[in-house]
Amino acid sequence: MIPEPFEYHSPQSLEEALRLVTEFGEEGKMMAGGHSLLPMMKLRLASPRHVIDLGRLSELRYIRESDGWIEIGALTTHFQIESSSLLREKCPLLPETAREIGDAQVRNLGTLGGSLAHADPAADWPAAILALDAEIRANSAGGERWIAAQDFFVGLMTTALAPGEILTAVRLPPLPRRAGDTYLKLRQPASGFAVVGVGVRLALNEAAHIERVAIGVTGIGPKAYRAAAVERELLGKPPTARRLAEAAARAADGVQTNSDLFASAEYRKHLASVYVRRALELALERANP
Amino acid sequence: MKIRVKINGVTREDDVEPRLLLVHYLRELAGLTGTHIGCETSICGACTVLMNGAAVKSCTVLAVQADGSEITTIEGLSGRNGQLHPLQQGFWEEHGLQCGYCTPGMILAAHQLLSRNPHPSRAEIRKALEGNLCRCTGYQHIVKAVEWAAEKVRAQAEHA
Ligand SMILES: Cc1cc2nc3c(=O)[nH]c(=O)nc-3n(C[C@H](O)[C@H](O)[C@H](O)COP(=O)(O)OP(=O)(O)OC[C@H]3O[C@@H](n4cnc5c(N)ncnc54)[C@H](O)[C@@H]3O)c2cc1C
Ligand code: FES
Ligand code: FES
Repeated sequence: MIPEPFEYHSPQSLEEALRLVTEFGEEGKMMAGGHSLLPMMKLRLASPRHVIDLGRLSELRYIRESDGWIEIGALTTHFQIESSSLLREKCPLLPETAREIGDAQVRNLGTLGGSLAHADPAADWPAAILALDAEIRANSAGGERWIAAQDFFVGLMTTALAPGEILTAVRLPPLPRRAGDTYLKLRQPASGFAVVGVGVRLALNEAAHIERVAIGVTGIGPKAYRAAAVERELLGKPPTARRLAEAAARAADGVQTNSDLFASAEYRKHLASVYVRRALELALERANP
Repeated sequence: MKIRVKINGVTREDDVEPRLLLVHYLRELAGLTGTHIGCETSICGACTVLMNGAAVKSCTVLAVQADGSEITTIEGLSGRNGQLHPLQQGFWEEHGLQCGYCTPGMILAAHQLLSRNPHPSRAEIRKALEGNLCRCTGYQHIVKAVEWAAEKVRAQAEHA
């Protein structure tokens, strides 16, 4: 369980990191918390020639609010999100998601940016980020761009990040009035990853009809996705218990469902609808204090 | 690569290969074998140490990542005259161990919990020890040991 030899680089600024990432290209691998990368290197599923450790870029470790938007630096750890009082008040979905990741030791080192860039099909953050309509900032030697969460997850462990780009921040629009959000997860009992994880943000209008709803689902298919079929059934409608349940039944519509020893494709589909319904109910409760 | 790490209050400098894992650094170069290796795959928590006060699985950290940091291992918990830390005493009093393999990791994970939350409930203790597996004692006694220690730390704080 020892990685293959590599050269280690510890850039002290984003600028320096971008230079190294460009210089080493395919032979280099960025490391944030190392909690997906190192296990893979120990199993020799990954053997980069150069490891570029982003861990010392404290400029990318922050949670701040401006103009109602919340921005989180890519190097912010799961624990920093879990314990942020700003987020608990303004966006409880995020601390709720963080709390569900791995264990206390993993949360101390694993980062938001690392998890999103890794895009494991059973990771928690992707569902949360989709439910919040977040935007993801990518920096390269040529500048920066923002990518909508919906465009970010491309396929199994594949994202919209281009070679040479570093994920530097995530920003979230403000919680609308009369809105609620939540994250619910069924953990794989051995690995702790999501068999299914569902993030929901839901907002009501004056008439208490559903004005906006965004549902992010992870664990079910090759990548996290928005349950668009469920959202369509709900938009503009009064959120009766029956309507929520009927809509939630479509949680895995059109998704190529994973199957493994623990959960068959059919069971996963069932779990998706149950967890989407429960998450909708809880978000509704929070929107209707 | 040259690294400088303060382990249990003593600063060391070593020249290490970048791929050296922190757990091997602690056991083989620093000679501190109280940090155990269980699964080697980031699951069991036997290798847990404190890095700048935060519990980490030292089989999933490179020694070079620890450059400049302060590490506390189980050897660093007892007092100068060999007096046990309240957590060590709690595991003794409440029979929180049988073979003792998981114990150093359990104690350091519990140490982090008490530093963040001096009054944990049983549920909070269990949540904090999620990343640590015990294959023989069972968790009841371990939870009680942590409760015992929390009580003791509180009593000491009131006394001081
Ligand atoms: C025991 C254990 C249990 C876990 N349980 C869960 C769980 O329940 N749920 C869950 O979601 N996750 C879980 N994880 C994974 C954990 O959350 C990781 O921390 C996370 O997936 C990766 O974040 P990292 O900072 O450690 O990234 P790293 O491992 O350092 O990097 C992961 C990948 O992303 C790339 N990368 C990292 N940062 C950037 C960046 N800023 N820009 C571009 N590319 C980047 C790296 O090159 C690498 O390919 C678990 C991990 C372990 C070891
Ligand atoms: S040896 Fe590190 S977690 Fe098991
Ligand atoms: S005391 Fe033996 S594994 Fe825990």
